[in-house]
Amino acid sequence: MTINGHKLPKMAALVVWLIIWEIVGQFDLLMLFPPFSSVLMAMGEVVTSRSFGNAVWITLSCYAMGMALALVVGITIGILMGLFKPVDNMLNMWVNVFLSAPLSALVPIFMILFGLGTPTVVVTVFMFAVWIIVLDTRAGVQNISPSLIEMSHSFGANRFERARIVLLAALPEILAGIRLGMVRGVKGVVIGQLLVSIIGVGALFALYQQNFLMSHFWALIVLLFTFALTMADLIGRLEKRIEYYAHVRS
Amino acid sequence: MKIATPDTLEKGASPVGASNKIIEVKGVSKVYGTEVVALNDINLDFQAGQLTSLLGPSGCGKTTLLKIIAGLLPATQGEVLVNGKKIAGPGPERAFVFQDFALLPWASVLDNAAFGLKMQGMGKTEREEIANHYVREVGLDGFQKSYPHQLSGGMRQRVGLARALSVNADVLLMDEPFSAVDEQTRRKFQEDLIRLREVEKKTFIFVTHSIEEAVYVSDRIILLSPRPGRVSEIIDPDIPGDIGPDELRRNEVYLETVESIWHGIKKYVE
Amino acid sequence: MSTFNTADPALLHDRADAPGLASRLAQLPLIWKLLSVALFALAWELAGRSGFNFSFPTFSATVTAFWEMVVDGSMGMAYLRTLEPLLIGLAFSLVVGITMGVAMGLREDVEWLALPIFIVMQAAPMAALIPLVTFIYGISITAKVIAVVMLAMPVITINSYKAVRNVPGSLVSMCHSFMGSRPKQIWYVVIPAASPMMFAGLRLGVAEGFSGVVLAELLITPTGIGDLITFHRSVANFAHMYATIASIVLFAVIAVGLLQWVETLLFRPEKRSVK
Repeated sequence: MTINGHKLPKMAALVVWLIIWEIVGQFDLLMLFPPFSSVLMAMGEVVTSRSFGNAVWITLSCYAMGMALALVVGITIGILMGLFKPVDNMLNMWVNVFLSAPLSALVPIFMILFGLGTPTVVVTVFMFAVWIIVLDTRAGVQNISPSLIEMSHSFGANRFERARIVLLAALPEILAGIRLGMVRGVKGVVIGQLLVSIIGVGALFALYQQNFLMSHFWALIVLLFTFALTMADLIGRLEKRIEYYAHVRS
Repeated sequence: MKIATPDTLEKGASPVGASNKIIEVKGVSKVYGTEVVALNDINLDFQAGQLTSLLGPSGCGKTTLLKIIAGLLPATQGEVLVNGKKIAGPGPERAFVFQDFALLPWASVLDNAAFGLKMQGMGKTEREEIANHYVREVGLDGFQKSYPHQLSGGMRQRVGLARALSVNADVLLMDEPFSAVDEQTRRKFQEDLIRLREVEKKTFIFVTHSIEEAVYVSDRIILLSPRPGRVSEIIDPDIPGDIGPDELRRNEVYLETVESIWHGIKKYVE
Repeated sequence: MSTFNTADPALLHDRADAPGLASRLAQLPLIWKLLSVALFALAWELAGRSGFNFSFPTFSATVTAFWEMVVDGSMGMAYLRTLEPLLIGLAFSLVVGITMGVAMGLREDVEWLALPIFIVMQAAPMAALIPLVTFIYGISITAKVIAVVMLAMPVITINSYKAVRNVPGSLVSMCHSFMGSRPKQIWYVVIPAASPMMFAGLRLGVAEGFSGVVLAELLITPTGIGDLITFHRSVANFAHMYATIASIVLFAVIAVGLLQWVETLLFRPEKRSVK
């Protein structure tokens, strides 16, 4: 958008919202929002506390493990479903079920099966992320032009080279699925910790809530949100780098 | 290069006379940003009842000019007069036919054809009756309840044409209307257009990038050249009007005219 | 898998190599789904009986528990309690979300101001805000409605925005050329053209809404379904707990599936893209 001929950058509106936040907080307009400046100050305290360091470690490690699992399992199943109709017939229904199901409802089950600790959070991340990865990988494989596969066959490519071609040709969709999976994974790691509630950020949120430390609560939220957006952005950049061949594949 | 002469003007002119200027373009320029001059000082008159083509290579501004006349784009400078009055946007006396058909995918052929009348506030029975007449006239009788996705490209363009005819505008503005259909359909459309012009007695302004098409259908050809867009020539094809379509395409005057225009344009394409 | 062309019934009778009943049945998607479900139920039953975890009930025990709860009314009551904040939240999200999305799609200044917020809301774990909402609004139904709105509205809004942006410019231009005023352009062209994608957004929003209400009931205070889950867990009625969870999952899936069916009915794909 332009004002008097000067183009305004896209996410600059967030600055406007932060200013509004500050004003709302200073004048006590909404109980929900303390002034942004006090959130910033609390952030210093939050970041340097020991339980924060612990929470970060739990969040990052559970996220990494859960996502790694989701990537391996998701891409594999997605490729199998894309290439082999019987596999697709058996599993397609379940993928769609889990995509539209309220996965948070399953967490109590995980808590009983895996205990009230990090394994549950890892499983939660996995369950949140894997299904969209499967779906998009499958779509990517199904969209591969048959002539590409025939071509590699006719030039005598062996099994591994053909698999590599399949992977590269489906890569744009796979990366799109991974990006969505990573966003869901962040939601999973937070929801997992919230429901388990005695570890990681779940414990921290509970602590701040019980002691009415609003600014600290918001500071933690801002940090979490930034983490989520950074992850989404990083994968987005990777997607852009391979976008050049996405349109020319068929 | 053929300058307008009285007998060639009579070929398609309305009985009102050669001085009936239905559209006047006065000093129209169109600049995008500060640098891109799409059109530079265009001065043109269009006679009522004539079929005029705007012809030229890409970038010469022909579609831009057409849209300015239609009132869909504002001119940066200059003005357009329709029947002596300055325009400020689209008007009921001008109807536009789009290159990509611009049909509502969720509406039937009849509803699409009646859309222009609906926008003008006409009641349902009345507008369906008028639209139905033109749907039949463009040769789509029986398809009134069909949907665009069920029609071929040529049929879809006919719906667009029926829609433009239904509003009974004096001027029909057509933006490369036959470029999105196959060659055979395109030729048939060109013949239909000439016949239509005899029946409807409206003014047509027609954008095309095909020299053959322009020479085939037009009373007058306005050649535009690019960078910046300006009028380079005005040509009145001197082709006899009473020969059949197939002989017309082999007529010497026709072929010569096409050749000379091509040589004129060549230097802008290379 | 058979590659016979079974589309033409005339071919099936006289040909000696016509596919038999078994292979024809194998091509029906329904058969595969039923088979899939049957295998799943079998695996569940065996896993339960194996006793690998004392808390894992068998499939049959779960089904029995489900039936019990339906009969004694606790399932019905729970759903009524849960549906209240869900429906209110979804209605609010729908109205406000679509309005915001359309406004952002039509006006550049609204887009500049509001879009970054919705992008953040869609990518970020909004669930983290639920404890905060509890803090301010207590354990009321308002808190749960807010939880639903926080999760459902962003996706509805962004989809409506994208839908409006994807309306072909030539359609709007066409309406303008026939003297359609701006309100008419929006009502007769933009909204119908954007409807399919907006409806898809609604479908996604409903799925998120279910997630929101379950989270709200597990985090804020147990009512309805959340209450059933928490209660049966606390008294170690694992079969009942699993049954409740399975039912809400099933309910959500069916609701979303119904919306998808309506979506294809209303906005048949072949009607949508014309070029």
